[in-house]
Amino acid sequence: MMSKVVEGLYYAQSHEWVKVIDGHTALIGISDFAQSQLGTVVFVDLPEVGTKIDKESEFGAVESVKAASDLISPVSGKVLEVNDDLIGEPERVNQDAYEAWLIKVEIDDLADLDDLLSAEDYLNSIQ
Amino acid sequence: MDNVKRTTLFEIHQSLNAKMEPFAGYEMPIVYSSIIEEHQAVRQRVGVFDVSHMGEILVQGPDAGSFVDFVFSNEAQSKPPGKVVYGMFLTEQGTVVDDLLVYKESDTSYFLVVNASNAQKDFAWLLAHTDGFEVVVTDLSMNYSQIAIQGPLAEVTMLEVFDLDLSELGFYQFTKMKVHQCEFIVSRTGYTGEDGFELYGDHLAIRDVFSTLISAHVTPCGLGARDTLRFEAALPLYGHEISDEITPLEAGLKMFVRFDKPDFIGKKALEAQMEAGVTRKVVGIELYEKAIPRQGYPVFMGEKEVGIITTGYLSITLSRPIAMALVTRDAFLRQTEIAVAIRNKRIKGFVRDKKFLDKNYKK
Repeated sequence: MMSKVVEGLYYAQSHEWVKVIDGHTALIGISDFAQSQLGTVVFVDLPEVGTKIDKESEFGAVESVKAASDLISPVSGKVLEVNDDLIGEPERVNQDAYEAWLIKVEIDDLADLDDLLSAEDYLNSIQ
Repeated sequence: MDNVKRTTLFEIHQSLNAKMEPFAGYEMPIVYSSIIEEHQAVRQRVGVFDVSHMGEILVQGPDAGSFVDFVFSNEAQSKPPGKVVYGMFLTEQGTVVDDLLVYKESDTSYFLVVNASNAQKDFAWLLAHTDGFEVVVTDLSMNYSQIAIQGPLAEVTMLEVFDLDLSELGFYQFTKMKVHQCEFIVSRTGYTGEDGFELYGDHLAIRDVFSTLISAHVTPCGLGARDTLRFEAALPLYGHEISDEITPLEAGLKMFVRFDKPDFIGKKALEAQMEAGVTRKVVGIELYEKAIPRQGYPVFMGEKEVGIITTGYLSITLSRPIAMALVTRDAFLRQTEIAVAIRNKRIKGFVRDKKFLDKNYKK
């Protein structure tokens, strides 16, 4: 099955995506490929609002029945908001991985995005 | 992966789009649709599992009964033919070599069903203990395929699909039956906490039965759901709740050890452990907040590490985080407040019984 990617997002090799929505404010989620590998998501373990997250460090996990998959932050910054909809309905991540964002962050340095992949490069990396 | 074996149902699994992974030397179906759907099918209706990777060993001869009871923690010799007995092979230290089912065919013939991952080890171990017994031990694993039909509708499914009336077959009993002209061993056993049957037969015959069940809309279930189901029923899994470092007394399986037998391998060590009292045991754990306690996560009381999770899930049936854990005496008592280290957090919970749900056996 083909994995979906969305143009205009930044992708990490660890399968997270970043969508810049305004200036330094961005949403972070996991890719369609990641959700399909994981299977039905039954729990998302997310940081609290205000938590400082570091590029390439773990900030939580997405869990299926069988396994926990660590979330690795693609950027450094601060958590502004967490997607509370996922607490009751974590399977939303499976339904649309690009709608079901996990956290909203304030990125410290937009240069972090330069190290991430375009939709096309990410798609090539998983094929 | 070199020499990964395939069961006779491999092509059927592929045609059902199963996710296949190597397990105990076999490429096995882990999940077809979703573990949750498969789990619920078995709890509410009926599902079928390919468990052809399991090992089958035949013990025959004039001393078959006394040999089996010497190598087995439970007692099979005095049982009537047609009875299935659960128990363990133990080391001299009383730890577990494997857990298994013994099918007593007659006073001189016993059919042993062992874990796939231990089958070769078990066979060699049995051969190493035959001195003084007039027995022939044969590894029949390559001759048999096995499927499990599990769930509250298992009995009616067997009747409707194969015209097999199993209503008289009791819990942990087996019989030989014919389906589509082929002979099978059928037992009222399973590993899900539900009513159900396990069927053993030659490869082609099992393929025929499995395909017929799938055509009859019985849900195919993978090893993923098999684990979530057995866990909720608090049934032990080798390498988790039991192992060659854990004794049955520690695992809470004393009822499957018959101390009144004259002798069996591991008896002395277990008697000494009974006398001294166990210093650790497998308990149930439940967490107060949603998180998933998984195998290997440490269990704490305050700053003191008191144990380790052996199996844990966000229970599909209960929607609550529950686990089994091997803990030290500090945490033996129910309601003891503990915390499980999950990534960088300590999630609070308490020690509880392992009766996570009522088993739905037909006895």
